[in-house]
Amino acid sequence: MTYIAKPKFHHPGLKKNELGYTHRDYEGKISTLCAGCGHDSITASIIEACYELSIEPHRVAKISGIGCSSKTPDYFLGNSHGFNTVHGRMPSVLTGANLANRDLVYLGVSGDGDSASIGFGQFAHSIRRGVNMTYIVENNGVYGLTKGQFSATADRGSKSKKGVTNTDNAIDLVAMALQLGATFVARSFSGDKSQLVPLIAAAIGHKGASFIDVISPCIAFNNHAGSTKSFDYVREHNDAVNRLDVLVGRDPIAVDYAPGTVQVVEQHDGSKIALRKIDADYDPHDRLGAQTFLARHAAKGQIVTGLLYVDPDAEDLHAHLDTVETPLNTLEADTLCPGSAALDKFNASLR
Amino acid sequence: MKPTDIAAPDYFHKVVDCQWACPAHTPVPEYIRLIAQGRYSDAYMINWKSNVFPGILGRTCDRPCEPACRRGRVEETPVAICRLKRVAADFKDDITQRLPHPTAKNGKRVAFVGGGPASLTVARDLAPLGYHCTVFDGDPQAGGMMRTQIPKFRLPNSVIDEETGYILNLGVDFKGGHRIESMKALLAEKYDAIFVGSGAPRGRELDIPGRKEAAANIHIGIDWLSSVSFGHIDKIGKRVIVLGGGNTAMDCCRTARRLGGESVKVVVRSGFEEMKASPWEKEDALHEDIPILNYMVPVAFKHVAGKLIGVTFQKVKAEYDAKGRRNLVPSGEPDETITCDDVLVAVGQENAFPWIEQDCGIEFDKWHMPKVDPKTFVSTNPKVFFGGDAAFGPKNIIWAVAQGHDAALSIHKLLSGEDITERPLPEVHVSSQKMGIHEWSYDNDISNDKRYKVPHRDKVIALKDIRTEVELGYDVKLALGEAERCLNCDVQTVFSTSLCIECDACVDICPMDCITFTQNGEEDDLRHRLKAPSPHPDQDLYVSSDLKTGRVMVKDEDVCLHCGLCAERCPTGAWDMQKYFIEMTHAGSTCPTKSRSAA
Repeated sequence: MTYIAKPKFHHPGLKKNELGYTHRDYEGKISTLCAGCGHDSITASIIEACYELSIEPHRVAKISGIGCSSKTPDYFLGNSHGFNTVHGRMPSVLTGANLANRDLVYLGVSGDGDSASIGFGQFAHSIRRGVNMTYIVENNGVYGLTKGQFSATADRGSKSKKGVTNTDNAIDLVAMALQLGATFVARSFSGDKSQLVPLIAAAIGHKGASFIDVISPCIAFNNHAGSTKSFDYVREHNDAVNRLDVLVGRDPIAVDYAPGTVQVVEQHDGSKIALRKIDADYDPHDRLGAQTFLARHAAKGQIVTGLLYVDPDAEDLHAHLDTVETPLNTLEADTLCPGSAALDKFNASLR
Repeated sequence: MKPTDIAAPDYFHKVVDCQWACPAHTPVPEYIRLIAQGRYSDAYMINWKSNVFPGILGRTCDRPCEPACRRGRVEETPVAICRLKRVAADFKDDITQRLPHPTAKNGKRVAFVGGGPASLTVARDLAPLGYHCTVFDGDPQAGGMMRTQIPKFRLPNSVIDEETGYILNLGVDFKGGHRIESMKALLAEKYDAIFVGSGAPRGRELDIPGRKEAAANIHIGIDWLSSVSFGHIDKIGKRVIVLGGGNTAMDCCRTARRLGGESVKVVVRSGFEEMKASPWEKEDALHEDIPILNYMVPVAFKHVAGKLIGVTFQKVKAEYDAKGRRNLVPSGEPDETITCDDVLVAVGQENAFPWIEQDCGIEFDKWHMPKVDPKTFVSTNPKVFFGGDAAFGPKNIIWAVAQGHDAALSIHKLLSGEDITERPLPEVHVSSQKMGIHEWSYDNDISNDKRYKVPHRDKVIALKDIRTEVELGYDVKLALGEAERCLNCDVQTVFSTSLCIECDACVDICPMDCITFTQNGEEDDLRHRLKAPSPHPDQDLYVSSDLKTGRVMVKDEDVCLHCGLCAERCPTGAWDMQKYFIEMTHAGSTCPTKSRSAA
C-alpha cells in the first residue's frame, strides 16, 4: 500500500458539476488494496458516476460487509454515511437503513465471498424484496484476503494461481438476481470504465433493486493464464450487448447514432438512459429472454456485459409496504403516537 | 502521434521546467534536494559548476526559472529557487578544497576585456585546463557590473570578493585599473584568443529641454551607482526623481533613499504592470516608501539660474492598435511638474565599442553591435569572442554566465585545433529511484505549504546604512520548508509499454488527471480527448507505443506532481520514477569523463 496521502492539489482545469464539486471532491482515503486491484477502478467509477450525477455526498449511505471489496467504501465518498457490517450482512443493514430513511441513495458494496457464500441468503432476500438500492458486487472469483482460494463465483475448470483446477460449479449472481426479481440487472468489467460509469449512474437513478456484477481481476491471486477472471481473459471473452449514456435533466438526446440502434429508457428521477445496441436482437425489457441469453452465452464461455434487464416501472419495498413518503426517522412523536382518541377511532373501525 | 523518444536528451530536460528555462541549465531540483538534506556544500558545488556565482545570483538573479516553475501552474506561487541558491551559499562549509587546482600552464594565452561575469566564467572554465588567462578591467577590482551597479545593500562586497576570488585563485592574472583602449594594440600582443566581456557600459541619455542647463543635478543612473559603489558619491538632495522603470531605476531610487533622499519618486512612461523591473524589486522599492508614478512622459527639466527645480511630465494613456501593439498617446490632462533637487536617469543601457578599430577584422552590424555567432560566440575575427552584454546587449548575469560557458568551449576547441561549430551533446544520466516497495530515494510526499517569505531587516535600520544588506536570507528551518515545496520534476515518470496490463490503476490514482489511455491520434485531436484539459501546448505529451488493446498511454507532462503514485499503484512496474541528471557541456568535458556527481 501507498504510505503517503494523495496530494490535495488537483488539475487547475478540472470541470465542476452542478454543485461546484470536482470529481476529486468525491474521493475518500487512499486505497490500501494491492497495487492494480480492479476494485480501485470500480471505486473510481463510483466517484465518477456520483460526480456526474451531482449527488450531494451527505445524501449517500454506503454499506458493505467484509472482504477486499467491502473495504472500498473507505476509498470513495469521504463525506457520505458509511456502515461496515458483519460478513455477509450488508443487505440486512441496508434494508433497515433504507426503511428508516428512504430519502438517501443506498450503495451496497460487496464481494463474491460476501454475497455468494456467507451472505448468499441476505443477498437473495434484499433483491427479492425490491429494496431501493444499488447493489454492486466486486467479483474477482477468489478470496484475496486469505490468499487466493476459489470463491463461489469461480468458474468450474478455471485454474488457481498454484495450478489447482476448480471442480465446483459457479454461482452466477446475475442469473440469480434476474431470477429473484431484480428490476435493474447489469454486468460490467473493472477495466472498462466507459461501460461501467454510466451503468452505475443509471443504477443509482433506478428506483428499485439494482444489481451490478462487476468482474474485477485480483492482481495478486487471479490474473494468471487459466483464470477466467483475469484482465486478458475478460477482454477476450467480453460480449457487450449494449453501451449506454445517462442523460440527466433536460439535455436533448444525442441523435448521432444510426436509426433503430438507440433505445431510450426513462427513469423515475426523470433521467434518461440512451442504450446503444450492439447485439441487435437483445431486448433489455425481457427478463425471460435475458435469462436464456445469459445461459446460452455462458455455455459458450462468453461473458455477457451491459444493461441486461431493466423494468422502468419498477416498484420498491416502500411501495409494497405502503409506507409514508416522509422518512420514518424524521416523523415526530405526535405523528407516530397520535393519542388515545386516534387509537379509539382505529379500534372502532375494527369492531 | 509517434511514441515519445525519451532517449532524446531534450525530452526530459523540458519536463524540468526550471532547468530548461535557466540559460545555464542549472540542475535546480538536484540542489534543492541537497539543501533539504542539509548538504549545503554539495548544493553549492552543483551551482558553482553550472552558474559560477551562486552567492551573487542567489541575491540578484532575474530568475527565469521561477516563472517556469511547475509549482506556479499547480498553485499560486513558484518555489523560491533563487533564494534557496543563496541558502546553499550562506550555509556551506569551506569549499576551497573542492575547487579545481591551478594546473601546469599549457602555453596558450587568452586575454579578457572586462572582468565581469562573462569574462570570469570563461576564465573559470579555461584556467583549470592550463590556459594562461589575463583579465583586464578599468576598475581596480574584479566583478564588473556586479560590483559597480548592484547596490551593496543587495549584494555585499564580501560575497563578490569570495566568488570572484575562487576564480582569480585558479591562477588567473587580473590586471585591475587597466582599461583596454585599443583592440589593435591588444591583438598586437599576440594572444591566442581574446574574449570581450566588456558589458553594456553606457547609460542612455534623455535629451529633453533643460538637460544641459541643469546638468549639475541630473545624473546617469549606472554611472551614479558606480560612483556610489566606489564611495565617490555619498549624498543626494532631499527630493529625488528617478526616471525609468527597469531594475537599474529600482537600484537608483533605493540607493537615493539611503543617501539623504527623503522624498524619492520613480516616474515611468509605461503602466506599472509593464515596467521592466522584476516584480520583487518593485515591491522592495514600494516597501521603502518610494511611490511609482506611471503613464508620465518627461518633457522638460525645469531650472532657475542653472539650478534644477523640477521635471515636467506629459500625461499619457495606453492605446492598443489592431495588432495588439501598445501606443502611448496624450491623455489630454494638463502637464504636471514635480519639484525636485536631483534627477537620476535610468532609461536604458547601450553598448559602446569606441576602442575597437575598424580594421581589426571585427565587423559590426547596423546597430553598431559586433557580428557574433549566437552558438559559438565568435566574431568575424576567428580569434576574438564576445559574450555577456557586450555580445547581444543588456541582459542579466545568468545570461552572461551561460554565454561564457559556450564561449569557453569554443576557445578551448579552437586552441585544441578542433572545429568550434561541432558542439558535443550534454551528458545525461537516468537512474531508477526505487528503494523498496513504495519507497523512493526522494521525498515524494507533496508539501501543501505556501511560498515562504524571505526575512528582511527592519526598514529603519536598513535605510540608515547603504552597506547594510536588506534581505537576511532564509534560516535553516525556512529553507527546509521552502525546499520541501519543490516537486522534484527531475524525477521522471518512465513508462514501459511491454509491462503494462492496462488495469487503470495509474489513471485512478493520479491526483492531477495527467494520464489517459485512449486511441492514438494527431496531437491536436489527442489533446482534446485527455482526462483533464490540456491548456499548455508547449508542455509535451508523453505517448507510448500501441498497447495490447490497441490503445496508447498518453501523459500530459503539464501539471504532473512527480509524486510517484502512478508507479506506486502500478502492479507490474510499468511506471518507474527515474532521476534525470543532465550535465551541460563545458570546456574540457568534450570527452565525458566519469565523474561522481553529488547524489
